[in-house]
Amino acid sequence: MSKTLEIRTSPHIHSGHAVDSIMFNVVLALLPTTLFAFYVFGLAALLTLSTAVVSCVLTEFVAGRLLGKPSTLGDWSVVITGLLYGLTLPPGLPLWMVVVGGVIAVGLTKSLFGGLGYNVFNPALVGRAFLQAAFPVAMTSWVPGFAEGRFTTLPSSTLTLPFTAPVYDAITSATPLSAWKFDGLATGSRDLALGFVSGSAGETCAVLILLGGIYLIVRNMMNWRIPASIFATVVALSGALYLVDSTRYASPAFMLLSGGLMLGAMFMATDMVGSPLTPGGCWVYGALIGVLVVVIRTWGGMPEGVMYAILLGNAMTPHIDRLIRPRVYGSKRA
Amino acid sequence: MGLLGLRTFRHGIHPPESKDDTSGLPIRQFPFAPLLIIPLGQHIGKPSVLVVQEGQEVTRGQRLARADGFVSVSLHAPASGTIRKIGLTPSITGQMVTAIFLEPFPGSTQEIAGGKPCPLDTSTPDEIIAAIRDAGVVGLGGAAFPTHVKLKVPADKPVDTLIINGAECEPFLTTDHRVMLEQRDDLFLGIRYLQKATGAKRVVIGIEANKPDAAEHLRAGLNDDPDISVEVLTVKYPQGAEKMLITALLGREVPSGGLPLDVGALCNNVATTAEIGRLLPQGRGIQERVVTIGGPAVKHKGNYRIPVGTPLRFILEHVGVDPDVNRVFLGGPMMGQAAPSLDIAITKGTSGVVAFTETEAERTHQQVYPCIRCAHCVDVCPIFLNPSQLGLLALNQEYGRMADEFNLMDCFECGSCSFVCPSHIPLVQQFRFAKKAVRKAKVS
Repeated sequence: MSKTLEIRTSPHIHSGHAVDSIMFNVVLALLPTTLFAFYVFGLAALLTLSTAVVSCVLTEFVAGRLLGKPSTLGDWSVVITGLLYGLTLPPGLPLWMVVVGGVIAVGLTKSLFGGLGYNVFNPALVGRAFLQAAFPVAMTSWVPGFAEGRFTTLPSSTLTLPFTAPVYDAITSATPLSAWKFDGLATGSRDLALGFVSGSAGETCAVLILLGGIYLIVRNMMNWRIPASIFATVVALSGALYLVDSTRYASPAFMLLSGGLMLGAMFMATDMVGSPLTPGGCWVYGALIGVLVVVIRTWGGMPEGVMYAILLGNAMTPHIDRLIRPRVYGSKRA
Repeated sequence: MGLLGLRTFRHGIHPPESKDDTSGLPIRQFPFAPLLIIPLGQHIGKPSVLVVQEGQEVTRGQRLARADGFVSVSLHAPASGTIRKIGLTPSITGQMVTAIFLEPFPGSTQEIAGGKPCPLDTSTPDEIIAAIRDAGVVGLGGAAFPTHVKLKVPADKPVDTLIINGAECEPFLTTDHRVMLEQRDDLFLGIRYLQKATGAKRVVIGIEANKPDAAEHLRAGLNDDPDISVEVLTVKYPQGAEKMLITALLGREVPSGGLPLDVGALCNNVATTAEIGRLLPQGRGIQERVVTIGGPAVKHKGNYRIPVGTPLRFILEHVGVDPDVNRVFLGGPMMGQAAPSLDIAITKGTSGVVAFTETEAERTHQQVYPCIRCAHCVDVCPIFLNPSQLGLLALNQEYGRMADEFNLMDCFECGSCSFVCPSHIPLVQQFRFAKKAVRKAKVS
């Protein structure tokens, strides 16, 4: 009994949830989608994704050093950023562009804003948005999936030297969304759900993304209300349009399963830092994103709108948190 | 209503209950320590005023100090013995407080001196309230608020329902559970006293579903009394918090800054109520209380009836502790306070002594990360505050804004937010500090 007793304030027990374990589990949840990307796009996806992750991690490391902060690599959050960022890119994107976007994603969006917890926007999406603005052609050139020899050869565009225009192999293919937008061609739901389509590295297989998301929801590491609200809004709005004129507007199933909606709704809109705190706020935030996705896809100039919808949602988050607050116990309606 | 139709409140957490080690163990009498340390301020309110002096010999149950004003209670000798000293002793908060150092007579029969009995049938409500005050009764659930103060019901705020709190939602603690099983007659008699004192017609006893034997035992003793009912509550922390209990049982919300009286309710803990039923017929005062001694570092865990003033050191030596003991706290692990010294004594408000080894303590030693806005705290706060936002404001020392815009003063420090925070931010501690700062600013 001669030992020193430790004095700490209550509570003296803890749930065991920890930031690093949540982040690590998000990485785990993305693993099936990542492996599927390797399978569909071969070496191109492998190089794109590893370059994305490495550039993000290195940026965080260097930024931390420059700002004199202790290393934050152990919290896994930058690995998620890198992975998500890579998954939103077209495989075959010149690697030097991948690096530029990765530096922007982490350096500009996260490190400069104060690191983990302080970023306003989803870093992965900012990186992608930058590339979309800077390299619109490269960002919309899609190598086809399941190409023969994809495990042994790279698309010629991948290794393009910096500041030179990438050269594409003869075959680039249309994504389901651009096929619909520009040619009025609809892709079947089965192909969309299972991922037998063209697109960004990690957005093609809706089922695997959904599985990863459900894993996180079950472990209480993801707010289910956000994807639920996005999906419900997209289905309701596109369903209404589809009922009005099924030849002009895409079906709700197509809207739900195509493009980056599944990946964005499950893994990027749900980024804890950029989404609202209250349940009510999450429903509003999800609805806002859902509306924007349908509006941009239907009437915008681009075939896809998930990225901008989520970034706009991020921008609205502080306002949503200010306006939508639950009534405090024992108080009158605020 | 929660799952399975049990009554409950919204939000809250599910910490491991950790009650199995002691819930089946009957209450046992604890021996007298060679020296009892009895602080004069064991309750919320003014400390009691001494009526004895150094060197005096006292009988067990004799009054040592009287109430000072309305929000204060009497203090009685927990043992027959000699008053060795009246001096300063460390309290749980680390402050030095005045205490009576009593050396029990070895080999004494320790018979208890009675006072003026307060018979249930012939006493008026005011007489009962005075008797409760003279018996030194305070909330034994942990708050140690003088019970008689609550019972003085103003004429314009009648109490229709008396709630008896048997929730015992704090992990590790099983004293209320045992009291319900072993002191049913005391409990029911105490309820009669409280009913008479307050004029409350209806009585609801709320018990968490993890104590089915207690609920069954009490129900069996009701004898079809239409006024008293036993309600089973969902096992969820902080179910036993007064506001949460009232909401769960009556569907009423205590207004912000208000009292249960504002919604016609009054809450008393089962141990407090049973103590009233035990003491008043003989006109005795509190000399001891039931305490759970538990936690992984304790060898002989159990529920003990321990004399007030027994030092922690004596208790831990008696029950035996693991050499790896790292943290000892009074009360449960959610709201209990860590003991800064083993010379601290058991007071009327001590419901438990829990000791952790380094293994348990390590789990709360995690690295603190910035808030990642995961909203887990928002999802569990029983008052519907925004702990995440409050935490950020606390970092910037914006205490005024925390109170004015984010209802800081409604926080009752249950600790649910800190319990779930994956960033291990010491939220409750920040809020405690901020509340003090706000109160200070208001006074000056």
